[in-house]
Amino acid sequence: MASQNPIAPSPAAGLYGGSVFANVVQAPEDPILGVTVAYNKDPSPVKVNLGVGAYRTEEGKPLVLNVVRRAEQLLVNDPSRVKEYLPITGLADFNKLSAKLIFGADSPAIQENRVATVQCLSGTGSLRVGGEFLARHYHERTIYIPQPTWGNHPKVFTLAGLSVKTYRYYDPTTRGLNFEGLLADLSAAPPGAIVLLHACAHNPTGVDPTLDQWEQIRLLMRSKGLLPFFDSAYQGFASGNLDADAQSVRMFVADGGECLTAQSYAKNMGLYGERVGALSIVCKSADVATRVESQLKLVIRPMYSNPPIHGASIVATILKDRELYHEWTIELKAMADRIINMRQQLFDALRARGTPGDWSHIIKQIGMFTFTGLNTEQVTFMTKEYHIYMTSDGRISMAGLSSKTVPHLTDAIHAAVTRMK
Amino acid sequence: MASALASVALSTTFARAVPLPENSMRIGAEKKHDNPLFKGKAFRRVSMAVSVNVSRFEGVTMAPPDPILGVSEAFRADTNDLKLNLGVGAYRTEELQPYVLNVVKKAEKLMLERGENKEYLPIEGLAAFNKVTAELLFGADNSVIQEGRVATIQGLSGTGSLRLAAAFIHRYFPDAKALISSPTWGNHKNIFNDARVPWSEYRYYDPRTVGLDFDGMVADIKAAPDGSFVLLHGCAHNPTGIDPTPEQWEKIADVIQEKNHIPFFDVAYQGFASGSLDADAYSVRLFVRRGFELLVAQSYSKNLGLYAERIGAINVVCSSSDAGTRVKSQLKRLARPMYSNPPVHGARIVANVVGDPNLFNEWKQEMELMAGRIKNVRQRLYENLSEKDKSGKDWSFVLKQIGMFSYTGLHKAQSDHMTDKWHIYMTKDGRISLAGLSLSKCEYLADAIIDSFHNVD
Repeated sequence: MASQNPIAPSPAAGLYGGSVFANVVQAPEDPILGVTVAYNKDPSPVKVNLGVGAYRTEEGKPLVLNVVRRAEQLLVNDPSRVKEYLPITGLADFNKLSAKLIFGADSPAIQENRVATVQCLSGTGSLRVGGEFLARHYHERTIYIPQPTWGNHPKVFTLAGLSVKTYRYYDPTTRGLNFEGLLADLSAAPPGAIVLLHACAHNPTGVDPTLDQWEQIRLLMRSKGLLPFFDSAYQGFASGNLDADAQSVRMFVADGGECLTAQSYAKNMGLYGERVGALSIVCKSADVATRVESQLKLVIRPMYSNPPIHGASIVATILKDRELYHEWTIELKAMADRIINMRQQLFDALRARGTPGDWSHIIKQIGMFTFTGLNTEQVTFMTKEYHIYMTSDGRISMAGLSSKTVPHLTDAIHAAVTRMK
Repeated sequence: MASALASVALSTTFARAVPLPENSMRIGAEKKHDNPLFKGKAFRRVSMAVSVNVSRFEGVTMAPPDPILGVSEAFRADTNDLKLNLGVGAYRTEELQPYVLNVVKKAEKLMLERGENKEYLPIEGLAAFNKVTAELLFGADNSVIQEGRVATIQGLSGTGSLRLAAAFIHRYFPDAKALISSPTWGNHKNIFNDARVPWSEYRYYDPRTVGLDFDGMVADIKAAPDGSFVLLHGCAHNPTGIDPTPEQWEKIADVIQEKNHIPFFDVAYQGFASGSLDADAYSVRLFVRRGFELLVAQSYSKNLGLYAERIGAINVVCSSSDAGTRVKSQLKRLARPMYSNPPVHGARIVANVVGDPNLFNEWKQEMELMAGRIKNVRQRLYENLSEKDKSGKDWSFVLKQIGMFSYTGLHKAQSDHMTDKWHIYMTKDGRISLAGLSLSKCEYLADAIIDSFHNVD
């Protein structure tokens, strides 16, 4: 490990005792990404990766949408295209189209110029920029996040300068929503506190409020002046319908109130690695929106100056062209349908197998992920004996399943449930 | 800020979307809706709870426009035919058009043909990119690379790489200060401020000579607390264009060593300054040779013209590969809550260009052309200034300075005069971007500079 030739101690070594970086410890591997690392190491031919949340085809392959390839062709072959810096706020067309996509083209908030939209680095970047903005300009610096939530949420908001609290969300006994707990915890939040809401396809549980429940949440939040911050990472990908998946957000915008929304195109356009997303802040007036936008620029400039052009150009190309947009909705629905199909197949297989327990949550939950309800020991067992790779909280990515692998997963779950408690 | 909220349920339905007038409150019995949202245009008919009338963001003030980017905006608004944009630092051809390198176009076409996927990169970025970027900077045969002592993370161009490094400094060296040159790129201060790293300045620009205040620089670096992070421009100092000589670099290294400071290089112009990738890496390689642990932020915005793709890297040279591994893991921990993982497109372009011998050679030629054009323009400007200015002032600093930018020595009032009278757009500190200058406009610029210098106090 250490080099054979002794390296002369660095000049600052005297001060820092051998190395300037002597006190820097090894950080633990990211738990979610660590699953794929372990999967890659496993030589078993029956291994299945149900860890990371990227869509896979029935053949288990990553997918680049046809419409994305077509848009890329247009862009790369256009001789007039340049690579000049985007404005700090990003590609203007992309911003307008993204706001329309999530809020609806006829949204009064858009028509009244009350929405400040900035292009950001996918969902994560949008959440981080939004969090930093709130930490600087909003009087309440606490954000409530659901229990459980995506593992990166608490880190994003903490580093943004907010303090993080949780509200009850998942009920392990029903494998559904703990609605009473949610309402109680939000009622107890200080007026004006920020509340993170998953717009649809809650990650990691797949459990979403019904529209009735959303309405109750909305009334409660408005009565307490709680500020909604939506994380919309699955619009169109959850139900297969873009408008249906935006209902929760639109409900809040329709009442004239303010909110933040982080959008990601990682899943619904399969643009994972291009890092395309947008942060929108819906304000009471156009004047406020203008000032808010100017302050968002001050957050972005010292972070990365201006956002990357490639992914945003692809999205804008697709959204503004009728035919490409239509083709996109078809490909999007096909992805969503395949996942819904996998849910049904797994549920049917477990029932046919007679596996003890109520597995209906598999078809009630929505989106890429299912919270199986399996415990850590059972998960470890499934990995060791059946080469099923998933996160230790019992979450599986339905996108990683295929008709061929459903039987093997069924076997694994059956064995885990019957042999281990 | 949070006013007491009146929560009132509306029973109003709208025939068409009608904006709620500001400060309106309608009182009425709450009408329970029957999930109208499922019905097509039902958003026009929603039971409303009027929340707060005043915005929660009412107190947010208008931020001032970015000083550098604001110049281009003003330029665009100017209708005068003679106008010249010497503001933003993006390369322009002699025809003053943006330039996409041929190798970049070729690489993009190759990538399209290959039909690669768009999966998430690892947090640290594209492995192939990280490998070639470190090799480009240090030299593939450099011992730090051979010994695996460099932690390299793909970053969002120069800015993003600097920010990751600053966040790392804040976390692991909470008592340390950053030392930045006076002047320096305007965004450096913002980056350290947002990362909560305290900074102070070291003297750099000498207005009397329009050159380097070397004694001042050394004295200030020496006076700083031990273990400070000294931000150095690897080549083509922005905004002055003034670089230390090799002898001066050695002396700077001496004082940094004496004070146990940590060198922190910003390398945004490798290859773009002199035309030679190796020559422009001289300062970094000198410090590496002398055994320093150091940080280097790289950008491919200018040298590969990939401005909008946001591609760069942060490199940390450590005394052991073990330290490098640990440092890399902590840099990842800072990137994950910022943007999770970096964008793939620009990284693939760089990896393809640098990794293919033919494309790499072609790139070097294109870079020589770009750097060459800037040298030519400097030469012409110098000649015009020397011929036309009868005062005997020494304009040779134009030739001695290097890179995209030149500090003209004009102060704010004079710079304003350049804009107001001559329609020449530049930053208020007297910086001009040679990249935005064509040979045909050198004479006009010379006239303007001479006029502003002599006739404006």
